[in-house]
Amino acid sequence: MARKAITGNGAVALALKQVEPDVMAAYPITPATEIAQNYAQYVANGDVVTEYIAVESEHSAMSAAIGSASAGARTITATSSQGFALMWEMLFIASSLRLPITMPVVTRALSGPINIHCDHSDSMGGRDCGWIQLYGEDAQEGYDNVIQAFRIGEHMDVRMPVMTMIDGFIISGAIGPLDALEDDEVKKFVGDYKAVNPLLDVDNPVTIGAFDSLGGWYFEHKISQNRAMENAMKVIEDVGREYGELTGREYAHFKTHEIEDADIVLVAIGSAAGNVKTVVKKLRAEGRKVGVLKVRTFRPFPTEQIREALSGAKVIGVMDRSDSFGAQGGQLFTEISAAMYGGESHPQIYNFIYGLGGRDIFPDDIEGAVEMLEKAAAGEKLEQKRHYLNVREG
Amino acid sequence: MAKPKELANKPERLTGGHRLCAGCGAPINVRQVMSVCPGPAVVSVSTGCLEVSTTIYPYTAWKDSMIHSAFENAGATISGVETAYNSLKKQGKIKDDMYFVAFGGDGGTYDIGLQSLSGAVERGHNFVFVCYDNGAYMNTGFQRSGATPRGAWTTTSPVGKESAGKQQNRKDLTAIMVAHDIPYAATASPHNFKDLMTKAEKAFATPGPAFLNVISPCPRGWRTPGDQTIALAKEAVQSCYWPLYEVENGKYKINYKPKGDKKTPVADWLKKQGRFAHLFKLENSEEVLAEIQDYIDRKWEELLKKEECLV
Repeated sequence: MARKAITGNGAVALALKQVEPDVMAAYPITPATEIAQNYAQYVANGDVVTEYIAVESEHSAMSAAIGSASAGARTITATSSQGFALMWEMLFIASSLRLPITMPVVTRALSGPINIHCDHSDSMGGRDCGWIQLYGEDAQEGYDNVIQAFRIGEHMDVRMPVMTMIDGFIISGAIGPLDALEDDEVKKFVGDYKAVNPLLDVDNPVTIGAFDSLGGWYFEHKISQNRAMENAMKVIEDVGREYGELTGREYAHFKTHEIEDADIVLVAIGSAAGNVKTVVKKLRAEGRKVGVLKVRTFRPFPTEQIREALSGAKVIGVMDRSDSFGAQGGQLFTEISAAMYGGESHPQIYNFIYGLGGRDIFPDDIEGAVEMLEKAAAGEKLEQKRHYLNVREG
Repeated sequence: MAKPKELANKPERLTGGHRLCAGCGAPINVRQVMSVCPGPAVVSVSTGCLEVSTTIYPYTAWKDSMIHSAFENAGATISGVETAYNSLKKQGKIKDDMYFVAFGGDGGTYDIGLQSLSGAVERGHNFVFVCYDNGAYMNTGFQRSGATPRGAWTTTSPVGKESAGKQQNRKDLTAIMVAHDIPYAATASPHNFKDLMTKAEKAFATPGPAFLNVISPCPRGWRTPGDQTIALAKEAVQSCYWPLYEVENGKYKINYKPKGDKKTPVADWLKKQGRFAHLFKLENSEEVLAEIQDYIDRKWEELLKKEECLV
């Protein structure tokens, strides 16, 4: 195992290279381009057996990935923002065909206005498309999640596509430390790919993507997808544990820091979880009872475990890097609220929307949020449920 | 080409029992093309009549592996399948030789599927794309497409006080495919099965992409009797509405040239189809029909010149 300095995109591309899938179909898009171009270079250098399809759009990237995975090949792509949005139609088809495609997503704001910087409106917008979603905080987690994604998606109890997120520019473009595995360790961990009912089995031809309308089995097929998601809950944990045995970095659905006796818990996802942790450390040193819960698995959502973990909190602050217009709050907020509603304890829950279009979030912003939550914990009722951090108007 | 009798004795690769309409041109074209496919194939079909009628879950009419995922992406989908095949074959995980075919209607080829087809052809995947051109979005109930001929009634080029059907001429898709420097492109018609199957054989033998544009009469959308499908396809060719030609590595060859009286007036062909009935009741009927004829004649002359120059 070697420690190296690498960009988030570089770490993700390296993980993909070490897995060495059969086919990659990709289209460039800022800030994910580096993943595609690094991989194209690996192919050009003859470092991998992978065949690379330089498609003419992300819609075709996902369509070609669907063709390739249906044919029986281990298949990857990567995208961001508008590319993710252009794939939208095909994301649902990939999951309904139960194709374990792995797709790193470098999160970026959706137009308009056009903006190339980080927020989660792309991946959060895709939360209902039937893909497993794993969010990473930094390059290391981005790398680790990609390797685990193959094991999770290809597990026979799951057979679902997996997307792994890293934050655009903040992680994708920044150079950070990475403890990389050796190629053979990755290959051994991931194992050989087992195709199910592939198109290329000439002795057993199959029809994939049949018309399943009124009088058919559409409803039951949808239920089977949900069952696969339920199965994925355990598989994600098992794979995370096994990965921990190999690397010393164990993964679960989420990670907590200082929440055992915390009155106030901030829930965050993606790179900002690291910023929140830094602030929490400072506040703890001041004797303030604050903790943080970092979400890794957003789909399937680990409802019961998160409810249990947050059951001791008086006030919860949920930090969303994407908004949902006209809804009660961001996607993480509504998810956490719904989880807590089903529990015995009923903490107050507030939503902090931050970082849209790459807007910076400073330690002071996070401290400000905690101060608000402390007032709420002391019995003061906050006027609004939803707050925006570091915006120019009130 | 093998003898028709031999071909007729080969097992069907698109079986009976599918739900396409009586007289539909699509399955006739598919069966003719597939009958000369030299080995096992994977077929990619865009959303449309052919797809919904041949794969009603849990049944399938396809004897080869078949994939449908969406409307606009038959080209991209088959390029993924073909690339997977190349990867697995190179790695020694697959032994058999296989063929890759995509079928799209004119909507899934001329319009919504054009980008995906263009990309797949430009990248040079080894596949055959077959467009069954029935001249409108028939699956959704007869809406105009880029392939709908001028004057045709459809539900989105309706006939009314202000409109006499579609205002525009068709898109020349075969020319667009030729502009990709595709190794092989051809038009064909089901009435001339020898020509169609010879072209399909050539398409399968072509390394890299090949494109076949096959006219496919639609009794429902054309407002014609189901037993007239083949006759209508034949007359489309005789009138030069649908010339039969092929372009091999940039060289044009017209496969059928009606001489003198054999080139029939397009109005005779239009008259037989309900979708053009209104044209014959217009005050300026003669003028409109003359314009339609002029366009067909101009395209035909153009084609003759291309054949003369691009040899």
